[in-house]
Amino acid sequence: MSTFPDAVPLAVPHSVDKAESAQPVRPRPGSFRRVWWRHGLAILALVWSLFPIVFIISAALNPSGTMNTAELFPNNISMTNYDALFSDTARPYLSWYKNSMIIAGSGSLASVFIGACAAYAFSRMRFTGRRPGLFALLLLQMFPALLAFVALYVTFVRVGNILPAIGINTSAGLILAYLGGAMGANVWLLKGYFDTVPRELDEAAKVDGASHARIFFTMTLRLVMPILVTVFMLSFVGLFGEFLLASIFLRDVDSQTLGVGLWSMMNVTGDRNKYFGQFCAGAMLASLPVVLLYLGFQKQLVGGLTQGSVK
Amino acid sequence: MSLKKFQGTPEVQHPDSPDNPDRPGDRVVRSKGEPGGRRRSSAASPLWLVVTKWLLIGTVLVVLAFVVQKLIEQGSWVGVVIAAFVAMCVLAVYGTRHAVPLKYLLPGLLLLVALQIWPIAYTVGTSFTNLGDGHLISKQESIDSIIANSVREVPNAPRYLLSVAVKDGADPATGEAFYLLTEPSGKPLLGDKAGLADLPAASVEKAGNGRITKAAGYQILTAIQVNARKDLNEFAVPTAEGAGIKRVGLAEAFQGKANVSYDKASDTLLDSATRKTYIPRKASWVPKDGQGDTFPQGWKENVGFKNFSNVLTNETLRSGFLKIFAWNMVFAVVSVLSTFVLGMLLALLLNDARLRGRALYRSMLILPYALPIFVTALVWSSMFNQDYGLINKLLHLNIDWLGDPWAAKAAILITNLWLGFPYMFIVCTGALQSIPGDVLEAAKIDGASALRTMRSVIIPLLLVAVGPLLIASFAFNFNNFGLIFLMTGGGPFQDSNFSVGSSDLLITYAYRLAFSGVSPNYGLAATVSLFIFFIVGLMSYEGFRRTKSLEEVN
Repeated sequence: MSTFPDAVPLAVPHSVDKAESAQPVRPRPGSFRRVWWRHGLAILALVWSLFPIVFIISAALNPSGTMNTAELFPNNISMTNYDALFSDTARPYLSWYKNSMIIAGSGSLASVFIGACAAYAFSRMRFTGRRPGLFALLLLQMFPALLAFVALYVTFVRVGNILPAIGINTSAGLILAYLGGAMGANVWLLKGYFDTVPRELDEAAKVDGASHARIFFTMTLRLVMPILVTVFMLSFVGLFGEFLLASIFLRDVDSQTLGVGLWSMMNVTGDRNKYFGQFCAGAMLASLPVVLLYLGFQKQLVGGLTQGSVK
Repeated sequence: MSLKKFQGTPEVQHPDSPDNPDRPGDRVVRSKGEPGGRRRSSAASPLWLVVTKWLLIGTVLVVLAFVVQKLIEQGSWVGVVIAAFVAMCVLAVYGTRHAVPLKYLLPGLLLLVALQIWPIAYTVGTSFTNLGDGHLISKQESIDSIIANSVREVPNAPRYLLSVAVKDGADPATGEAFYLLTEPSGKPLLGDKAGLADLPAASVEKAGNGRITKAAGYQILTAIQVNARKDLNEFAVPTAEGAGIKRVGLAEAFQGKANVSYDKASDTLLDSATRKTYIPRKASWVPKDGQGDTFPQGWKENVGFKNFSNVLTNETLRSGFLKIFAWNMVFAVVSVLSTFVLGMLLALLLNDARLRGRALYRSMLILPYALPIFVTALVWSSMFNQDYGLINKLLHLNIDWLGDPWAAKAAILITNLWLGFPYMFIVCTGALQSIPGDVLEAAKIDGASALRTMRSVIIPLLLVAVGPLLIASFAFNFNNFGLIFLMTGGGPFQDSNFSVGSSDLLITYAYRLAFSGVSPNYGLAATVSLFIFFIVGLMSYEGFRRTKSLEEVN
């Protein structure tokens, strides 16, 4: 649900770390003359990838806060847009922020846990229907849950009539709707990593009398922590940016997420020009959690995306 | 956790382990005389674990019991059966030592069935109906609604003063409504869905004008609460055949008579005021003589394959559908290819150990992928603004990016290239680093030039590794709702045709059919969704089959 598919198993013969360590890491002195053109092109690529981000920041700091006065680099810097953002009672930015964090945070925690449980069963146990089950999950993943949005909407309207706490317009209902895909989306990636943990460890623990639950909770979960972090991150980013279901489910302005709220700030008001600075200020703050997650866990992300099915 | 720790704490055990029937390979270690077997008989799992486990099971059962009670109140027997079934599953799986894999699969499986498989099944069902605006209710409900709406005030009949109330303790928003009425003579009456009854004069207090302000055992609703109850518009206290007392405004009610009556034998509606007969046609009540308006209350019914044949044969629908489908394919293919090529080139560019600052370059290059889609799509659509946008300003152009069909498509493709290349960059970097060094060395020894190595060794190996990802990326972009909806909303719209936009994908088209059109048509939207299912599923399955990634499952 983020920009591109989160992750699917990738058949890479060797792990990234191994290959990285096989190559000389320290650049030799004097090699700059041979690679300067690479620097040149890389800087060009940086300009391409960063100019919209620079634009967001400068528009957020632009004192007049309209689109026609926004430049790539700001002439003046002020916080007026942030003041407007936090004092706008018709658009409760802080509630949106809170809703987004709660929905993305608890949704991805639950999703990681459910996925890890299923991956443990698929990786460590042999039972009837295991292989068909795995293939079915892969195929289901091809049918994104959001295509069934009409059905989800109608279903949750009915559920809400009976249990208002998880109906339309509630965070809990939306989280539940997201969790429908929890198993399908991540099991392959997780299972690939679970398979890399030697089974001998399980056997040894079993010989010592540990139960399957004990092995899972105290041993396996810790050994696969890197992939759990990756999957948590991917699903957090996905849920944080999800728009379709959120826009259908969350109708009240107080229950909306950042995505739905910021979108309506730009579109429902009908005055994009006027609200542009306020929008950019909000967008900048909204991007912070995800960007920090990315930069902080970059290694796990790259590793997790590429070595999912390394055996 | 290391193995040592386990060996050091063998005395703690769990009841589930010994009888796992699914692990034939483990039988060896569980045979009698082995250490595991001996300890098992001497130690049980700690009390707190057993208690916690049963507390958790108990909590789930209590919650389910609460749900069942709610369901019974609403008379939803299917729901009761489902809840009971779930409760039994939980007990059978977690309460016993059997079915160990299910202990791990059940939560995900239940959610999957309830929220992914059921919606898909429901979508299939909906696609065979006319569910949509004006066709949301059953036929009987549409008759009731038409009759209730046709209640008109009987000339010269008395008006009542009205207070709306619910029973003490009932929820003002949903509780059964009671009308506390005062006749012109001052006599208090109680009206409910069954009819009129006397209200003891001693149990009520009245305002100066005679309106009841308090009644023993009843709670009178405020004006706001009355306005919030949409069901009162349909509510009438029946007094005689086809007549009833209806609310008018907040404080008055009138004696009215329904103009429309239903004749079951001929399955027609008769309007006594206009002398018109209405017959059922296409799930709506239409005038028999063809003159005049159809009632807005239609009903939901099965239409067979009509939605499907409509999409394929109806001239407007088909041309729109084909136009969208063609652009949808172009969008997905160009997006995947452009992002892949740019990502791969950048990965190759930075995949040189002599390059200083690679880590920094990489962190900066993946930033576009880290921003939430709603931020980037909205910012890019602002940058493409014709009058104030950054793009026109920087390049000294005056292109109406979002107003011209072709420019809008170009703008979307440029944006998606920016959004998507970091992902391809990440996976290509990973795949490049995993190409074994000896293969490259062998190419060098064989005298291959750098270009030749690239063409014959590196790129083929790269494609093998990221092939499945390209398919997944295609499937994702085929349904890239967020980008299109946030950037252009499917527009620009041409020739005042507001159902098909120039940059619409099938999924944004289906969304508009269902939620933002003038008259929502869930049935047709579900049909379009099914077409998408089919197209994407087929292509992905074929793609995965060709890359043979499915065969590697063990």
